[in-house]
Amino acid sequence: MSVLIRAKLPAELRSNDSSLKTWLTDPRIYQIAVLGSLLFYGIFRLDFEVRTTQAVVTLAAALLTQYSCTRVFKLPAYDPRSPLISGLSLCLLLRTNSLLVVGIATFVTIVSKFALRWKAKHIFNPTNFGIVIMILLTDRVWVSPGQWGNVAFFGFLVACLGGLVVNRASRSDVTYAFLAFYISFLFCRALWLNDPVSIPIHQIQNGAFLIFTFFMISDPKTTPDSRAGRILFAFLVSAGAFAVQFVLFKTNGLLWSLAFFSLSVPLIDWLLPGGRYEWKRMASQIIDEELIVQPQRR
Amino acid sequence: MKLNSVFALVLVSIAILTEPAFSFCGFYVAKADTKLFNKASQVVIVRDEDKTVMTMANDFKGDPKEFAVVIPVPTFIKKEQIHIADKALIDHLDAYTAPRLVEYFDDNPCRPIVMQEMASRGVAAAPPEFKKDSQGVTVEAKYTVGEYDILILSAEQGHGLETWLRQNGYRIPPGASDILGSYIKQKMRFFVAKVNLKEKSKLGFSYLRPIQVAYESPKFMLPIRLGTINADGTQELFIYVLNRKGRVETTNYRTVKLPTGMDLPVYIRNEFGEFYRSMFDNQVKKENMEAVFLEYAWDMNWCDPCAADPLSQEELRNLGVFWISDGGNSEYIMPVPDGALDVFVTRLHVRYDARHFPQDLVFQETGDRENFQGRYVLRHAWTGTDSCEALTEYQRQLPKRWQQEAETLASLTGWDINRIRKKMDLKEEPKKDDQKWWERIWND
Repeated sequence: MSVLIRAKLPAELRSNDSSLKTWLTDPRIYQIAVLGSLLFYGIFRLDFEVRTTQAVVTLAAALLTQYSCTRVFKLPAYDPRSPLISGLSLCLLLRTNSLLVVGIATFVTIVSKFALRWKAKHIFNPTNFGIVIMILLTDRVWVSPGQWGNVAFFGFLVACLGGLVVNRASRSDVTYAFLAFYISFLFCRALWLNDPVSIPIHQIQNGAFLIFTFFMISDPKTTPDSRAGRILFAFLVSAGAFAVQFVLFKTNGLLWSLAFFSLSVPLIDWLLPGGRYEWKRMASQIIDEELIVQPQRR
Repeated sequence: MKLNSVFALVLVSIAILTEPAFSFCGFYVAKADTKLFNKASQVVIVRDEDKTVMTMANDFKGDPKEFAVVIPVPTFIKKEQIHIADKALIDHLDAYTAPRLVEYFDDNPCRPIVMQEMASRGVAAAPPEFKKDSQGVTVEAKYTVGEYDILILSAEQGHGLETWLRQNGYRIPPGASDILGSYIKQKMRFFVAKVNLKEKSKLGFSYLRPIQVAYESPKFMLPIRLGTINADGTQELFIYVLNRKGRVETTNYRTVKLPTGMDLPVYIRNEFGEFYRSMFDNQVKKENMEAVFLEYAWDMNWCDPCAADPLSQEELRNLGVFWISDGGNSEYIMPVPDGALDVFVTRLHVRYDARHFPQDLVFQETGDRENFQGRYVLRHAWTGTDSCEALTEYQRQLPKRWQQEAETLASLTGWDINRIRKKMDLKEEPKKDDQKWWERIWND
């Protein structure tokens, strides 16, 4: 069992320090900026079906729900960053013609963070949960995985930006493991079918896939604690997504698979408890403000 | 008193009912010829849950002996699952969902009355062609349905299938065996049809009728890969999906709505076909030929404007809409409250080739029931004589409006704006607004 010994964190990593530097080193700010830019690009360059009203309602509902939950669950401070990320992700992925549905989806998304928890972590990625529940509950909601098209430039751009965010969040292992597994599945299938390589490439060049990989599965709050656990998790999600798409022939395999396997994270954590890597990760960043961790003195 | 209130009611009704956005009557203005698009195919897909009915039109004009079609299908097909349809059904659906040209006539600005819009039929797509060849190994079934001899084949590998088809008189281009192999591994079968000349002469049709197949499969897709090896250049495909839930889109390609609702110069009345073709060419270029275009998505209970008579229940049943009850004897559908005719139609138009569309099209149903149509507007200016301030203002605005129409047309089609202006007799004059404020101070 590792022992945490008290020591001082560098000034800029202390969570009480609200300086600009702290803000800039917070990965969530980058995530918000990237998601916001993607949404902007989608609306104005790709003619997304998202109306400004829907975006405004989503973000407002997200912030309001977070505020209410902060009060109800008696959190020490109101943090708009996380609901903004969930809200922006919902804008990018959720499609519906009803503002009421938008409101409900956003509410469900934010509340799931507070209501569905296991040992200080929330079980589901909020946006993933919100979308999946709404698709199950109503016909009036859908996700258009093809809406980004396959513009290579876009794919590359998202990858770069995503990489930035991911690196800062140090959750790269989940993302890269998932990418490796899923891309392998696609290429193996193409090999087995003797399909031209243009087909799996076309399947990868999908904005939704990249957004899922860099912003959804890498959610630090919902992935297993240990590296081994995260790689196992990445494998399960990629296998599940592949099965949904190519065995069950349903769309949005990524979303369903992630939602389903999120339930297994507590089990994975129990089988493969977080080891030294977890400590190292936590010392170098301040995502989780409930924990104050200091470097170990040898 | 009573008369006044009746009168008021009538006035109010007129005001409501003659809202230009909601009142249309059918008025034929222009229709682009079906030969507008070369090498175009038409497919109607009826889908509910896993049940699918596919109707494939072909406009093969050559020697019937030369005709052959090979279609990968997800399941084994029994004879009862095959049917030969009436071409007129597809033509009707095509006309009903085609992008349309609408014209308005401006009122005398001195006496504004709300006018009724005149609607008109627009472009229609051209059908023909769905030619595929392949070779099989196991002939699982053999039927004669209508004027066709149909085989259901399954194979173990693409080369064997290719050889079999060649040996049996189906000409198949090189490169097909790989694609066939891929379908074989995905456990698909091959629906192969040739013309039975004896039956054809018995039936007396001069053209080859569309083939319909009903099957149940979780796969909601349209195989296009075989078609691309045959083709030199691009292919045109029109897909009509009839379902219950709502608009259908592709999940592995972008589905893009065509620009719609614009005012166009009045001279387009006689060039609508050319306009539409150029506009579509331009849109395809903008999307790098990687998108599927949505041209129509509407609840079939109503239309506005109607480019053709609505389809009757019988016609819909014949197209494969199996959830419509048998009872209806009426020839025409009356506009009825929501849900009476539980059919939503989506019209997709895709121009494709092997390079830009490597995968087969995979669809999904969405819950989107918002209506969409390709609709282009002509506004005829009021040319009468009268005198009032409103008229002067109206006439002052006209050149500006025409300039705007010209610019819209140029940006939609990529045509040279000067050529457009010439056709409109519009001089490219610097607008007064372009003058700088200091140029307007001194008059010497």
